[in-house]
Amino acid sequence: MSTTTGTTMTLQPGRRSLARIFTLEAKYEFLKLLRLPVYVIPTLTFPLVFYMLFGVALRQGPGGAFDFPTYLIATYGAFGVMNAALFGLGVGLAVERGQGWLLFKRATPMPPLAPYVGKLAMCLLFGTLMVGSLFTLGATAGGVRLPLATWLTLAGVQVAGAVPFAAFGLAIGYWAGPNSAPAVINLISLPAAFGSGMWIPIQMMPVVVKKIALFLPSYHYAQLALKTIGMDQHEPVGRGVAVLAVFTLLSLGLAWAGWRRDEGKTFG
Amino acid sequence: MKSQRQFDDDRPLAELRRAVKRFGAVTALDGVDFAVQPGEVVALLGPNGAGKTTAVQLLLGLLRPSGGEVRLFDQDPRSTAARVRVGAMLQISKVPETLRVREHVHLISSYYPNPLPATEVMAAAGLVGLENRLFGKLSGGQRQRVLFALALCGDPHLLFLDEPSVGMDVESRRGLWSVIEGKAAEGRSVLLTTHHLEEADALADRIVLISRGRIVAEGTPAEIKARVAGRKVRCRTALTLEEAAALPGVRAARREGELTELFTTEADRAVRELLARDPGLSGLEVEGADLEEAFLTLTGADTKDEVAA
Repeated sequence: MSTTTGTTMTLQPGRRSLARIFTLEAKYEFLKLLRLPVYVIPTLTFPLVFYMLFGVALRQGPGGAFDFPTYLIATYGAFGVMNAALFGLGVGLAVERGQGWLLFKRATPMPPLAPYVGKLAMCLLFGTLMVGSLFTLGATAGGVRLPLATWLTLAGVQVAGAVPFAAFGLAIGYWAGPNSAPAVINLISLPAAFGSGMWIPIQMMPVVVKKIALFLPSYHYAQLALKTIGMDQHEPVGRGVAVLAVFTLLSLGLAWAGWRRDEGKTFG
Repeated sequence: MKSQRQFDDDRPLAELRRAVKRFGAVTALDGVDFAVQPGEVVALLGPNGAGKTTAVQLLLGLLRPSGGEVRLFDQDPRSTAARVRVGAMLQISKVPETLRVREHVHLISSYYPNPLPATEVMAAAGLVGLENRLFGKLSGGQRQRVLFALALCGDPHLLFLDEPSVGMDVESRRGLWSVIEGKAAEGRSVLLTTHHLEEADALADRIVLISRGRIVAEGTPAEIKARVAGRKVRCRTALTLEEAAALPGVRAARREGELTELFTTEADRAVRELLARDPGLSGLEVEGADLEEAFLTLTGADTKDEVAA
């Protein structure tokens, strides 16, 4: 209690700090979800459980046909970050919209971008935590050996993937209701993850799946992650980045349209 | 910075000018002129669906008027400069449940240049001892108090309270009232909406009565009470509706089955007149009119509708 008051009191009269607002917004977005088991458990533990079941259990000795433990470090990490972003933004926003919380916040002098920046920061943080735990599991139980630079590059690509999927989550958050948002996300993300080779290596998929995969942003994301460990399908990096950039912009456009529609009900 | 500009004391803090708000085919506000002056506590009083929340949301810049103009501190109500001077308690169901009371206050306070110290916010809203409770673990009345606390965070010049005491127990309501009185004593302005005459009477310097999107009366609590604290006289009578409505002291009349209902602010006189005109009258009952019925006595148009019906 006293710390809260202390912080408030030390502010100069008549000034508010945008940096402080954005920091607090991100901090409380993080705490809000950290205390929500229905978010934390799937986000932080599902990729680890899958990895134990498929990565570690399918581990083969040197000279084995396919290096599952290494491949799945890249794709489960990508899947985990993607889901953390989709659920964190999509469900979080849909619920707060339904409660009227966003309406209340709009009546305050909150900087308009603060809740979105806060939610994105929270997704990046959860993604980093999840990737860190997965790497630890991979390096120990999975027996994965990679140069330090490769670990870091892989983590960078995986965590950066939160941005396009957070944008898509934003769009879902504005178009889905608080009760339907989780179902909508699962219906999209589970088939997309499967079709992108995130669970079963794309190399083992039938040709038709490989062809469809070219149209999935999640496939290009997985390929960028796999490229860092040399297990990709040799798609051009530029094309993958471009696909994800366009996907991000389209998602933001869709979110913007949803936001307009939402405001239209109130401010229209 | 614009928000630090001195505000002219003579101008209204918040103002609707001929404001119209339509939602599709429904007209929620129909040409309303309304202002909150510095230092006053105004109650927007009206039955559910009268347009009170619409008026508040227009003034807060949460709704765009279909016609007319809205000013908040003589600016666009959506401007940051206007919003830092305002605190609002809206009718929302929930705030995020996995944050603690003090965390909510901490975040909302950060939006304002001169926030009220958190200890004062907690004391004013009656939340001392609950600071570390998660919002989801609070009772209904405690949740309302958190929403009230969030309205106080910025130490606002003008406080908007949309149906603040809904869901509060008697003790919380009294506490809320005494804080509102305290804010008024400091020279802060308050706009509250309510459908309880008692609440408007206890708090407001001025009551604005609103019904079906229009302002139907406006005055001090004493004036308004005299006009709306009406009685309903119900009886079986041979008089026609027109005759009944024309009786001295009767403001409106309507037919309910075979009963005639008269709305009056002078029940004794109306009953004497009734008995004088119709000695065969039966089933006489006199009771307090509720607010919705009281509006009948204030709106001529409604009286005609009811008589014609």
